[in-house]
Amino acid sequence: MFEFTVNDNAYAVDVEPDTPLLWVLRDHLQLLGTKFGCGAGLCGACTVHLDGTATRSCVLPISAVADRRITTIEGLGGEHPVQQSWIDHSVPQCGYCQSGQIMSAVALLDGNPSPSETDIEQGMAGNICRCGTYPRIKAAIQSAAQAEYYSASHTSNETVGDDV
Amino acid sequence: MSVSRRGFIIGTATVGGGLWLGLSLRGDAPYPNAREGSFQPNAFLQITPSGEVIFQLPKSEMGQGIQTSLTTLLAEELDYEPADIIIEYAGVHKDFAAAGGSQLTGGSASIAVSWNPLREAGAAARAMLIAAAAGRWGVGVESCSTEPGVVLNSISGEKLGYGALAEEAKDFQHTAFELKEKSAYRWLGKSTPRLDRVAKSTGEARYGMDVQLPGMKTSVVIRPRQFGATLGSFNADTALKANGVEAIFAIHSGVAVVADTYWRARKAARLVDITWLDGPLANLDSEAILALQKTALKNESGHIAMERGDVALQQTRGERLESIYSAPYTHHSPMEPQNATAIVNGDNCEIWAPTQAPDISQAVAAHYTGITRSNIVVHALTLGGAFGRRGYVDFIGEVVAIAQQIPGTAVKLVWSREDDMQHDFYRPATMHGMTATLAENGKIDSWQHRLVSPSIVKGLGVSLASTILPEWVPTEMARAIGRKSGELFAGADPTTAEGAKVAYDIPNFAVEQILQDSGVPIGFWRSVGFSHNCFVAESFVDELAHAADQDPLKFRLAHLENAPRYQAVLKLAAEKSGWGNPRKGHFQGIAVVEPFDSFCAAVVEVSVVGNEYTVERVVNAVDCGFVLNPDIVAAQVESAVIYGLGAAMKPPITISGGAVQQSNFHDAPVLRMNESPVIETYIVQSDEDPTGIGEIGLPAVAPALANALFAATSKRLRKLPLVLG
Repeated sequence: MFEFTVNDNAYAVDVEPDTPLLWVLRDHLQLLGTKFGCGAGLCGACTVHLDGTATRSCVLPISAVADRRITTIEGLGGEHPVQQSWIDHSVPQCGYCQSGQIMSAVALLDGNPSPSETDIEQGMAGNICRCGTYPRIKAAIQSAAQAEYYSASHTSNETVGDDV
Repeated sequence: MSVSRRGFIIGTATVGGGLWLGLSLRGDAPYPNAREGSFQPNAFLQITPSGEVIFQLPKSEMGQGIQTSLTTLLAEELDYEPADIIIEYAGVHKDFAAAGGSQLTGGSASIAVSWNPLREAGAAARAMLIAAAAGRWGVGVESCSTEPGVVLNSISGEKLGYGALAEEAKDFQHTAFELKEKSAYRWLGKSTPRLDRVAKSTGEARYGMDVQLPGMKTSVVIRPRQFGATLGSFNADTALKANGVEAIFAIHSGVAVVADTYWRARKAARLVDITWLDGPLANLDSEAILALQKTALKNESGHIAMERGDVALQQTRGERLESIYSAPYTHHSPMEPQNATAIVNGDNCEIWAPTQAPDISQAVAAHYTGITRSNIVVHALTLGGAFGRRGYVDFIGEVVAIAQQIPGTAVKLVWSREDDMQHDFYRPATMHGMTATLAENGKIDSWQHRLVSPSIVKGLGVSLASTILPEWVPTEMARAIGRKSGELFAGADPTTAEGAKVAYDIPNFAVEQILQDSGVPIGFWRSVGFSHNCFVAESFVDELAHAADQDPLKFRLAHLENAPRYQAVLKLAAEKSGWGNPRKGHFQGIAVVEPFDSFCAAVVEVSVVGNEYTVERVVNAVDCGFVLNPDIVAAQVESAVIYGLGAAMKPPITISGGAVQQSNFHDAPVLRMNESPVIETYIVQSDEDPTGIGEIGLPAVAPALANALFAATSKRLRKLPLVLG
């Protein structure tokens, strides 16, 4: 039995210890916003926050998650400034990778509220989008960084998902 | 009330307020997803008594924005706020099939084929609602108009919502109607936001992978890596003891493992001991394929796909330029791996699937289950990318074969990324022999394009025939007809040859196609034949421009004097990119293409350090006729440029031992954000009927890049991917 917190809710699941967090979220908790893309930590579609750090959930065994705090796309609440920026820029095309993109972008901005273009490119290089929404993702992150939320010296180490 | 909906819309429509046209809609109730009591004048549209407007989306949304565009088409003529329309994926019904008889989403055709039917569907319904309101008020229809969702009475100032008129509107089936002038459009032509942007930014959008059904099991299939290998024997004793495993059995494509969750099925699959038997491709590798292509190019003559003048003359007319080009196998890799969910119970089958072709899915399921098509319900879902891959529904055949072994239980099939990478329908590997001569005046006198490729069309006959032919045609007969029809293309394939017929004014011109099939599965890859033929033709024309010592833009324009839409995109791209005047250290290349009746010119700007290059900027000019939504057009061009650049720059799919050597994004890398250039898109304003945009930005990018690399290094790269050194 593994106990952990997802989006401020406590969970306990009885699964094999090597079960990736991704499949616990999807198959056991029915939190379906986090996506399966490659199963090897290469594409970023499965990105969640583990104690505030962007993490590939498809290669993270549940045994490594015990007693830790996880935030998924659902935990951002839907009105998070990064999500709002995604909507304003009409970023998504097929949309399948976007949960992971947004989770990576939030982690990037939490650590660096005013990233340079290079910071964004490096911070987002682990997330693949086959629809090629990269130019809009970059623009959406730049807009979010300029928004009041981030520009107001946002220095908290807390995950943003806990604030909304 | 008994109003026959059969033969609906036998009235007429006017286009542009004058010419009356016959209608393209021929309703045939009952329609899929009909609500009790709905006013449903055609298969696409219904208005419920409570006022809900429900649209049956006849095409697959795979990122290209078709959900927004088609909903807006209908909404514009219905006069109803697009964002308030309830959108459902259409079931299988012949009214949803476009010309050719299939509901396949592809060929950048959705806008073009929907432009009239969906506007007519909306306009006809609006006319009926107005007639109903006029009847209720006792006024003439000329005293009525609409604002979004309501009919207005200009005499009394009264208003009636569409829902309140839905029941009475059923009595006005044959009301004549007119289509709006473009100047009256509320939404079309404007960058209204995508309707799916919120759900796709919150994690709420649901894909095939997310289907949840009561008691559902999850399955994986272990397939042979070698194409054409077959199952010898397998031992599942250990795997069957693993936690959560329900069943392990053979199906047509391999061994299926069914468990309570994906991870348990995947883990158990590793414990199954399988002996595969080599098939005919056991010794096939990329080098052998290349050698066969070279031999064919040298020794074989093929089908003349197009001929003008006499290219044989070029033997006698001075110096010939000769080049050989090639393109490799390329994977699709949509972000959502292949998957589908099915319940098979006796003579009934229900399928939930991300597919580009719900009707072909139905026919494939009928083949593998023996269940009649009308007893198979297909729920099409939002696609996590497709790019042509999900026009092939091998995963449907697998999931129904598995579900049939566990009657009455919902079974989801999930492919891994490795499954997806190694069992794709790849862009075919092709080889191209180009020869040309220049006239004294520096213009192209002759051009010959000899193309070695397999046939994509040949492999489609069976599934298309099984889909399109009526149900009373026995399954095996339909398949036999399909095989025969595929053989009609034994000598030539219009899809792999498309793009070879360039628009340049060349007096002596020929395209010759030599079909050669290695056995590696191939299929539609975003922009299909244009993706390789335009690379070849637009690189080769650049070679000719340099041989003639002319500017590549001016050289192209000089050969396109009677092609104004080509001229317009070329000039716009040149102007916006600052053609001929790049930033210091940057080099430019240009290309122009006409995929699927739309036009695109691209100027690619590169910088080069040693043997490494960076794509700095891509400027595109497109003409896709009247633009429904400029922002979606720009997004699709950005998308196609990045997808095309990935294939132009990254290592390809290679074959060894009859199997694909790559397995995941580490050895089959795709373009990432840090490698993506600045992309600018400019639109040529046009009043022509709209054509597609989903694939249009792709074909020009590889040749424009190759041409830019030539400008930078004087090295002519004739093989994809483009590697210096």
